[in-house]
Amino acid sequence: MNTPAPIAMLAELTHRCPLACPYCSNPVALTQKAQELPTEVWVSAFQQAAELGVLQLHLSGGEPLARHDLSDLIAAARDAGLYTNLITSAIGLTEKRLKTLEDAGLDHIQLSLQGTDTEMADYIGGYKGGFARKMQAAAWVRAAGIPLTLNTVLHRKNLHQLPRAIEMALEMEARRIEVAIVQFHGWALDNRAALMPTKEQADEATRLVIKARGIYKGRLVLDYVPADYHTGVPKRCMGGWGMVGLNIAPDGQVLPCHAAQTIPGLTFQRIDDTPLRDIWYNGPAFNAYRGDNWMQEPCKSCEFKKRDFGGCRCQAMAIAGDAAATDPTCQKSPLNVQLQNLTNHTQNEDEIELTYRKM
Amino acid sequence: MNLATSDVPVMPRGVRLHEDKVRNRWVLLAPERAISLDPVGHAILLEIDGSQSFGGIVSTLAGKYNAPEDQIAADVAEFINGLMDRCILKVLA
Repeated sequence: MNTPAPIAMLAELTHRCPLACPYCSNPVALTQKAQELPTEVWVSAFQQAAELGVLQLHLSGGEPLARHDLSDLIAAARDAGLYTNLITSAIGLTEKRLKTLEDAGLDHIQLSLQGTDTEMADYIGGYKGGFARKMQAAAWVRAAGIPLTLNTVLHRKNLHQLPRAIEMALEMEARRIEVAIVQFHGWALDNRAALMPTKEQADEATRLVIKARGIYKGRLVLDYVPADYHTGVPKRCMGGWGMVGLNIAPDGQVLPCHAAQTIPGLTFQRIDDTPLRDIWYNGPAFNAYRGDNWMQEPCKSCEFKKRDFGGCRCQAMAIAGDAAATDPTCQKSPLNVQLQNLTNHTQNEDEIELTYRKM
Repeated sequence: MNLATSDVPVMPRGVRLHEDKVRNRWVLLAPERAISLDPVGHAILLEIDGSQSFGGIVSTLAGKYNAPEDQIAADVAEFINGLMDRCILKVLA
């Protein structure tokens, strides 16, 4: 198999974050500040990534603003020729700091939205006053004219706010909105019963996105991540394992996806001791699920195996206990009936308290 | 969307041409998008300089490639409209 060069890299600069979202994509065991990579290692990683073929760099976390060297990192990434996206909660952003990021060459900002009003946003983010600070930050970004995407994560508690979220994106003059129904990994898996959308909500979200795409064509791009428990169709996870993108964790481990550490037995290499090119093309973790030699039935003989790659390896691990199994969100998985039953909403699920992310 | 001859297509902030030396081609970089360009797409984008109108771009390309204007106009309109639908190009009226 010919391995293509990667297109995108997610740099998780830190796991530190003022928010405590109960669906955080960071691992349940978080990296402390003392283990974070120094500036010069990130700069080298960006140069190596560009030489390897990466075009898009996502600067994320945790909250990347927690890194005091963020503008230096942006400048280094731009020097390397990368397109720089900042994925932020905007907590900790000031107008002055925004200017330094802009001057460093930041291409695009993605602002997370936990809810469309103070009550919902601050409840889900677990941070009082967060919503007001986000709205202030959005106004600064708009005034500066920096391209903006509004990133929403939707679940049973806030899916009714999707129409307002789309309106807010238009008001903020965002060019793009990500409508992502929560995916159940890590922290979100711990909160699955509290966050699981109902079938009606999942269907309504799809309907609203399709409608809004028609209405706002040329004005707002809607990228949609549907609920994957509800449809019987697994997601095309990562565009294929080790095919499109890679992720560097705050401590320097290079991962095929942000949840890859949940798969026991994979060996991860580090950006500070192995060249990125070697890790991408020859690393054992990257080669573990490339192509389709690793597949079992029903994936192996499935007509859709090149379309969805058997779904998500981390979800197969978490639910089927085998990372090479069919993703249980697929209707061909023996576990799919059990999984679809989890989408039947019961009243007592509304009483379940959220487990917030903590260090 | 229908382009008028006087419309001036522009690359908004956050969209730029980039030479992808690893894959030996030109790409258009935009928020969460990297669009591979064929030589025709690249030639069109090189004329989008923020001052040339759609009509001007068509004339320039027709002259450069010695091709009929109506054929060039159809190709350029289709290309620009496709990118406008995706918020990757805008027009100044």
